Amino acid sequence: MPQLSFFRISLIATICLIALLFASPNFFYNTVDKKINSPSQPSPWPDFMPSTLVKLGLDLRGGVYMLLEVKTEDVIREKFDFLWTDIRSSLVKKRKELGAIRRLDSSTEQLKIEIGNLDSIDFAIREIEKFNSSTELFSSRWSGSVTRDVLEINSEDNIVTITFSTEHLTALEKQVIDQSLEIIRRRVDETGTREPTIQRQGRKRVLVQVPGLGSSEELISLLGKTAKLTFNEVVSMDTNSSFPAKMDEMVIGSEQNTDLFFLLKKRPVVSGENLTNAQPSFDENGLPAVSFSFNPSAALKFGNYTKENIGSPFAIVLDDVVISAPTIRSHIPGGSGIITGNFSVEESNRLAILLRSGALPAEIEVLELRTIGPELGRDSINAGKVAAIIGGFLVLVFMWLSYGLFGIFANVALMLNIILVMALLSVLGATLTLPGIAGIVLTIGMAVDANVLVFERIKEEIKRSSSIYNSINIGYEKALSSIVDANVTTMIAAVILFFFGSGPIKGFSVTLGLGIITSVFTALLITRLFIDAYILFYKPKVLRV
Amino acid sequence: MLFRGLFNQSKEIEFFRFSNLLSYISLGAISASIFLFFILGLNYGIDFRGGTMFMVSSTQKIKVSDIRNSLSGTILGDISISQATNPLETLSAGTFGSTDNIFIIKVEKTEGINVETKVKSLLKNSVPNIKFLQIESVGSKVSSELVRNGMLAVFFAVISVLVYIWLRFEWQFALGAVLALIHDVILTVGVFSILRYEFNLSIIAALLTIIGYSLNDTVVVFDRVRENLRNFKSLPLLKVLNLSINNTLSRTIMTSVTTLLALFALYFLGGDVIRGFTFAMIWGVLVGTYSSIFVAAKILLILNVKRDWDEKDSKAGTQF
Repeated sequence: MPQLSFFRISLIATICLIALLFASPNFFYNTVDKKINSPSQPSPWPDFMPSTLVKLGLDLRGGVYMLLEVKTEDVIREKFDFLWTDIRSSLVKKRKELGAIRRLDSSTEQLKIEIGNLDSIDFAIREIEKFNSSTELFSSRWSGSVTRDVLEINSEDNIVTITFSTEHLTALEKQVIDQSLEIIRRRVDETGTREPTIQRQGRKRVLVQVPGLGSSEELISLLGKTAKLTFNEVVSMDTNSSFPAKMDEMVIGSEQNTDLFFLLKKRPVVSGENLTNAQPSFDENGLPAVSFSFNPSAALKFGNYTKENIGSPFAIVLDDVVISAPTIRSHIPGGSGIITGNFSVEESNRLAILLRSGALPAEIEVLELRTIGPELGRDSINAGKVAAIIGGFLVLVFMWLSYGLFGIFANVALMLNIILVMALLSVLGATLTLPGIAGIVLTIGMAVDANVLVFERIKEEIKRSSSIYNSINIGYEKALSSIVDANVTTMIAAVILFFFGSGPIKGFSVTLGLGIITSVFTALLITRLFIDAYILFYKPKVLRV
Repeated sequence: MLFRGLFNQSKEIEFFRFSNLLSYISLGAISASIFLFFILGLNYGIDFRGGTMFMVSSTQKIKVSDIRNSLSGTILGDISISQATNPLETLSAGTFGSTDNIFIIKVEKTEGINVETKVKSLLKNSVPNIKFLQIESVGSKVSSELVRNGMLAVFFAVISVLVYIWLRFEWQFALGAVLALIHDVILTVGVFSILRYEFNLSIIAALLTIIGYSLNDTVVVFDRVRENLRNFKSLPLLKVLNLSINNTLSRTIMTSVTTLLALFALYFLGGDVIRGFTFAMIWGVLVGTYSSIFVAAKILLILNVKRDWDEKDSKAGTQF
């Protein structure tokens, strides 16, 4: 006769009750959701109950999913540009020994310099090596752990190749990504959306998920700009872009007038990093503008510059375009001012946000962009719910018709199985996606498999052996091997999906994997408990499976 | 109960009577699938091809041609427009009422212009009350990675299964199971090629689930084969295999039916977004059930698994 120990019953009952407790908020989703969002209002959902809901994926609640890549190579190219300027001005002084020097075209991760005089190549290398410990390369922005040998210098014939050491490159990349993450976070927060997720993915990618956002345009316009702001000295301006630019000068177009070009000093007077605040405002003509203020040191610099250059224009450059070039009319001592341009109110708002959050250290590229409208998400949830209920109902009826009382045992186990999956999803904080719902529905179909395996074995044993309880025991014993093999193999598929899948697919693998675990648990423990209890209390003479 | 005794057939079915014929059919289907794959290719979704997909709806009646007209003559590349229609969809359409006016527009990736903004503004001007339900845009860099990851995932799944079965059974079993899996995967790709259903990320997920399911089925049969090989040492292999398939037949049918019941509910009621996925799964359950018997067991028969297992030889498969 089967043994029903107190321990066994209470263990299973406790697990089921805890599962029910943690799954319950999801069956009253709207009520609990309201309670979470407005905790001050009285809610019919009692306080002592858990109120963790299953996190819904973007495909179910609507929102924007964005995969970005930070172009770290731009930063590296920029570093080499600076380095080249410095090396050049140092080597030029030794022209007598070195002969003509020039930079060769090369890939972005290296700087190639051709030395005219092959004999003095070693001398050139020694000169270049002086830059190895130079902190010039690491302006305050990159301050952090500066390893000593940042450069690797090699030579072949009369060509010197300079690369960054791997450690330095990794450190540099990490800094760029970390800073980008921070700035992306600040900008996304400015949109005032609820619970955005911003996480690093892989080496130089950032995944941004903003639930509830109906359109990606706002987000793109906020993240698509690096917002690098500089104030540069204007050398001259012309309608022709072919200026004779010197080493420290650059030619830049104008935003307001496509026919106008500026020749500017490369080194900015002050730049956006020194801003302490930026707010949308209006100029004296009532047109939208952005007011800004500098930190004290930049304010001093800016003040001195304006004092010395009254009457001449200076350029406000945003992302390599001159947005305006006002003429300095008086000394500006306070370190604050306004930027005017052809802004709409919206644009001035956005520019203020961008300037406040700071410039991105490198450009970012949108690799993947998925926008799901809230209606589609709602519809998917409803469709998923209907499919789960109807599918579940069909399976229940089929099991009952096929196995009678034992079918009902399996059905109760199946329902507990769903509750267990919901509870685990809530507790683990896993995200439920539409494929995830499909995973649950599929689990409904497949969860009965373990029970079916056992029942079929019991049937066989009944035909063969004498005692009822023996048939059940042997049935469970013999089915175990198949149950383990069958579920381990499906689990392998679920685990591989989890590691290779992205977004919604991951959600599918999670529910599938959890479903496998819970279905084995319910089949082996819960159904068994029912069967044992049935035998013990009803003592049937004939077992009808 | 109603179905009681439905599978309690006392007579053994001879599964291998037509097995040679079925082997040729399977081989033919595999060749046809490979041929179709190379000739027709697959109707790749934007996940794998790159580009932008718009799912739009309107409260007003619109036609595919209306949308095509409003987008033609622009610098956008290849455009495909299809209507999301399914008579049963109305059952689940929820907020939309009906799918009559839901369209799916796919635009090729065009460098240099913002496809999303462009298409949005064009459609807003020409289609009244248009709503953008879903917009997905995948760059070529990501799409090629997704293809690679998808293939890797299927590859790793097959390899890990091979290893697992090998550890638990014998190499003949592992080979049989894996060939059955490859059979299922190729036939699924073939059916997607001929029906022109969209092949996207979720189909890869379906393929992996099919692998899991088909294997599940195969393993249950194999488990019984192993057991019967031990119990009936003098019975010819063909008889052992046939007996094992018959032993597990009612379980095979029960589990297939319950899984199919759930899948059909999803197919008809789960909405348009996962219909391709559920179609693949339904096909996979059918093919997977077939292949466990007619491919996996048949290969076991051809390879002639060794019979000298006895209780002492514990190295041959780990018995739980």
